[in-house]
Amino acid sequence: MARLVVMGGGVSGHTTATFAKKWLGDEHEVVVVTPNSHWNWIPSNIWVGVGQMKKTDVVFPLAPVYEKAGIDYRQALAKEIHPNGKEGSDKPFIVIESTKEGESGQREELEYDYLVNATGPKLNFDATPGLGNGKGQMGTNTVSVCTADHAVHANLELQQLFEKAKKAKKDGTGERQKILVGTAHGMCTCQGAAFEYIFNIEHEATKAGVRDMLDIKWISNEAFLGDFGMGGLHMKVGGYTVSSKLFAESLYAERNVEWIIGAHTSKVEDGKIEYELLDGTKHEETFDFAMLIPPFAGVGFKAYDKDGSDITDLLFAPNGFMKVDAKYDAGAYENWKASDWPSTYQNPSFSNIFATGIAFAPPHLISKPMSSPNGTPINPTPPRTGMPAGIIGKAVAHSVCNMIKKGKDVTLHRASMAEMGAACVASAGKGILDGSAAAMTVYPVVPDFEKYPGTGRDTNYTFGEIGLAGHWIKHILHHMFIWKAKLKPGWTFIPE
Amino acid sequence: MKEEENFALNEQFNLTMIPGKFARKMRTCKIWQFFRFMVINIKMLIVVSKSH
Repeated sequence: MARLVVMGGGVSGHTTATFAKKWLGDEHEVVVVTPNSHWNWIPSNIWVGVGQMKKTDVVFPLAPVYEKAGIDYRQALAKEIHPNGKEGSDKPFIVIESTKEGESGQREELEYDYLVNATGPKLNFDATPGLGNGKGQMGTNTVSVCTADHAVHANLELQQLFEKAKKAKKDGTGERQKILVGTAHGMCTCQGAAFEYIFNIEHEATKAGVRDMLDIKWISNEAFLGDFGMGGLHMKVGGYTVSSKLFAESLYAERNVEWIIGAHTSKVEDGKIEYELLDGTKHEETFDFAMLIPPFAGVGFKAYDKDGSDITDLLFAPNGFMKVDAKYDAGAYENWKASDWPSTYQNPSFSNIFATGIAFAPPHLISKPMSSPNGTPINPTPPRTGMPAGIIGKAVAHSVCNMIKKGKDVTLHRASMAEMGAACVASAGKGILDGSAAAMTVYPVVPDFEKYPGTGRDTNYTFGEIGLAGHWIKHILHHMFIWKAKLKPGWTFIPE
Repeated sequence: MKEEENFALNEQFNLTMIPGKFARKMRTCKIWQFFRFMVINIKMLIVVSKSH
């Protein structure tokens, strides 16, 4: 009997674990280690953040689902990896610390035959002074929509701001409220989530009758609007091939949302941020309400050899993400190739360890690297959205199951982001009759300029369109992926 | 026209494109959007199938 341990129960880890258990059956063990008691459909957190959904609409408890699937579920934080075992035992293991009520802090050594790191990102709030509380958690100067709880809090603050605006309008004081949404560091990703949030705020403000009392502004580290960490995309519209920049700027202009781009937020205070632009100049921006996405890092594992020596550098890149079969010495931007990107997600030092979703270390950015004359890097880091995260998770599950059943030397399944597309739907306002969303596909996710000279992508399969249809699709995807994650009938037929 | 007023708000807006009345109306026209719903779903399914 072999044991697969999956660290992380998000989109990628949950996909890996559930498919692996389905394919391995009762003959082998699948263990999921996650500090969370609930699964969160993160794409809908933005709707919680504007009061259009409740927390219970976007989360569900994991324990009953894993029990139904026959998966061993440990509500715990994985802290250490010992890939060569310890003195007296060659069996690899991880050290986990319980987060379950009543057992919090209890440590355990969990042996494994195969290990998948699907831990997602550490929300690195403390990377920007004033954004965090100094202890790794979000501070009090801004709000976030990265987790369901953060989004609940964000909505409370937003509604208070709407009330202020309504009162000012009613009293005729003319007092305006300033809203700032975007990224909180020069190396953030997840611009798409911030994009959704700012336009949902704008949509809700219009419905609430207070849009004319608000100044809504965007700030991000993108060199151009519509970059989204992917270097933007090109699509065919009206006989032309057009950059996403044009349509992104159009939406901001249409909705009266000013933008600051090429910005590294260097400090956050109560009601104010300081930021540096690509030209090296430094500025301040005040706000009454700010949602700024924190930069991501790996969750901070330590790895130890059999003799107790620290081998963290062997498994992890300096940013804390796990090394996989990527080309980490690709060098300058001019030398980047699609083939730099990993395809099997196997750690090069330990063939029984894999990393999926956000947890793997990308070889480099997708967007063009930029920095200010002061040497400050200001460029989006690569996004790993739900579809690629799920596809990678499933491919790794396939690979591990084959290794368990047929031996370690089987050909592994491939899922390179340079050979797969992504379908994304970015909400611009919720409403079954008056909502809208930008429905997009990009193929491939990581541009391949050798295969598709000029745009890096196949423009026959890369497109974007905003409208009510996009909103219907996003709403259906919400229900569909929660159905799938709950392992309800037919769940395997829903593609990642 | 109301749809063109934002061009005057600042230089950023002035140098981009803004949808007119017809384009905005079509975004929430139920019949047209139902047709686009079908088309977008087909396009997405093709990309999904190419990616698995």
